[in-house]
Amino acid sequence: MGTQKSKASPPAGGRADTKKKLPERFRDYRHVWVFLELERGQVHPVSFELLGEGRRLADQLGVQLAGVILGPPGDSTQHAVSEAFAYDADLVYLVEKPLLTDYRNEPFTKALTDLVNKYKPEILLLGATTLGRDLAGSVATTLLTGLTADCTGLDVDADGSLAATRPTFGGSLLCTIYTLNCRPQMATVRPRVMRMPQRSNKPIGRVIRHDLRMLEDEIVTKVIDFLSDGQSENANLAYADVVVAGGLGLGALENLQLLKNLAQTIGGDYGCSRPLVQKGWLAADRQIGQTGKTIRPRLYIAAGISGAVQHRVGVEGADLIVAINTDPNAPIFDFANVGVVADAISFLPALTEVFIKRLAPRNPMRLVN
Amino acid sequence: MHIVVCIKQVPDSAQIRVHPVTNTIMRQGVPTIINPYDLFALEEALKVRDYHGGDVTVLTMGPPMAEDALRKALTYGADRAVLLTDRHFAGSDTLATSFALSQAIAQIGNSFGTPDIVFTGKQTIDGDTAQVGPGIAKRLNLVQLTYVAKIASIDLSARTITVERRSEGGTQVLKSELPCLITMLEGTAAIRRGSLEDALRAARSEIVKWNAAEAGIEDITKCGLRGSPTVVKRVFAPTPRAEKATQIDTAEKTVRDVADELVTSIFTHQPALEHELSSTGSA
Ligand SMILES: Cc1cc2nc3c(=O)[nH]c(=O)nc-3n(C[C@H](O)[C@H](O)[C@H](O)COP(=O)(O)OP(=O)(O)OC[C@H]3O[C@@H](n4cnc5c(N)ncnc54)[C@H](O)[C@@H]3O)c2cc1C
Repeated sequence: MGTQKSKASPPAGGRADTKKKLPERFRDYRHVWVFLELERGQVHPVSFELLGEGRRLADQLGVQLAGVILGPPGDSTQHAVSEAFAYDADLVYLVEKPLLTDYRNEPFTKALTDLVNKYKPEILLLGATTLGRDLAGSVATTLLTGLTADCTGLDVDADGSLAATRPTFGGSLLCTIYTLNCRPQMATVRPRVMRMPQRSNKPIGRVIRHDLRMLEDEIVTKVIDFLSDGQSENANLAYADVVVAGGLGLGALENLQLLKNLAQTIGGDYGCSRPLVQKGWLAADRQIGQTGKTIRPRLYIAAGISGAVQHRVGVEGADLIVAINTDPNAPIFDFANVGVVADAISFLPALTEVFIKRLAPRNPMRLVN
Repeated sequence: MHIVVCIKQVPDSAQIRVHPVTNTIMRQGVPTIINPYDLFALEEALKVRDYHGGDVTVLTMGPPMAEDALRKALTYGADRAVLLTDRHFAGSDTLATSFALSQAIAQIGNSFGTPDIVFTGKQTIDGDTAQVGPGIAKRLNLVQLTYVAKIASIDLSARTITVERRSEGGTQVLKSELPCLITMLEGTAAIRRGSLEDALRAARSEIVKWNAAEAGIEDITKCGLRGSPTVVKRVFAPTPRAEKATQIDTAEKTVRDVADELVTSIFTHQPALEHELSSTGSA
């Protein structure tokens, strides 16, 4: 990304100055595809978020929305197919093979590349997860097409091209990127950046099956084990409804307990700003922000977090942002909805107490500890 | 064993400021650093070399000043440094970058021995795409192992490697073959300081400098802006939130009263939440 030029105005209109008429060979490339990520039998929710986005783009372009599902024959893959329709796909491209049981780059890259070459989508979206980013990079390079990573906005221009907006310079600026002269136009989007669409009870529609001509012997990489994070430590922070997070303002490792107490009281999950991970106080998957997780809770409480732009980009999707900070000029108050200028170390326990009391009467089983 | 580590010199983005009026990036005086994730890749490479023998070549593509990053890498203990620099590379997107780097790696192979492992960081802190590693792997037809937290073992005679790779919700243990490309996660391993001997050697070392032709790149149209299918069309500042936070007044109130007021405010904004938390919350 070499561009330093900037414009104050947000993107609008066509890009007649960027591009000539679409080359003839692109005429065959139609429809919007969303890759449905299936790892260990579960469809990653980011795939549904992308179907919501894909629907909007397909409607704008007047084309169809297709889900792409690669997985082993069996229930989990079939479930993914019905989910794709429930989230409004018009059709599904399906490759079912035992060697697609666990994610490995080689067979997934081949399957997806073959599908693109045969059925020619104009837009292909994937989740910016470890799987999606691993796969998207290989597929785009094989197809020699453009790929825009971690987009926060997707739109269709007047001339039908995809305008993909993503943060740059750590979120201080946004840039809009086009893929010229190549198809498909590929983009990845992180979990929780896009809104979760409504699920419907649409029946299963058209499924186009495709064969993967590959044998296990041809695949160099073997999965020899999977160590699950386990239920308790498996912080699914990105999807928590309520998140409490702490920053350097908490001052000491012991004070993290205050955070955990509050999170537990209100049935939420907890996270942190980056310096806490760098200090080794919390694991990397608790970090919220540009190089951590994007969250979209209904309630986000930030205690002792200054609100640097790299943190901000990870929490902007929250419905309600509450900030507790001793510094009335902390940048977090520029994007929080409710602010309290207070010392988090004495305030967090008080807040926890109030929540316990307020929530208790309707739940006689709750114990005050 | 020969290992190539791709590194990038990046602006220390913690210190970047955006001009409040013009919305341009103010780069003046912003120091440059080696992309932090690349340091974990370098550390891992040096550990592998120290254990199995061989040498480590660091490679960067960038302007002439990127030489500083290479010299720094030499002080950590890398054996050789290659700077790929040419005005034709300006404006490269990830596809064009992976092309140029893969050609340079092939040339490094010709000149100094075919690499057994190519390392990159999981992503850079300026581009943040995580695409260049997979791009290089594909171009060189190497097995790619991304988001590697740890190399569990390498069997040089069998030419196999076992790694632990982060995935959603767990860790995949993969066994693969050499040669391969690995992108490293931020590790827990401390980055070595480098010895005095390394520092002296780094200062004296000749850095190999290649332009496109010297790196064996014949088709220059695959590089730089021309070789980049993506084009940055607009750069703009995020729209600021219209109103500032509603401040809860804390003057002459007990902490408890302020907390009370905050909880009331939260549930005024989110009435449904109060009901749900009362019925499902755990304590
Ligand atoms: C490439 C890059 C990527 C990054 N990615 C991320 C990311 O993903 N996530 C992220 O969070 N950061 C990220 N950062 C770091 C980011 O720039 C900030 O440095 C970081 O968010 C600051 O964390 P903090 O707010 O906890 O600490 P500080 O900036 O030190 O702020 C601490 C705050 O606590 C307040 N405080 C102090 N004492 C108290 C008290 N007793 N009670 C209440 N408040 C108190 C202070 O007023 C201050 O506002 C990234 C940086 C770079 C360069």
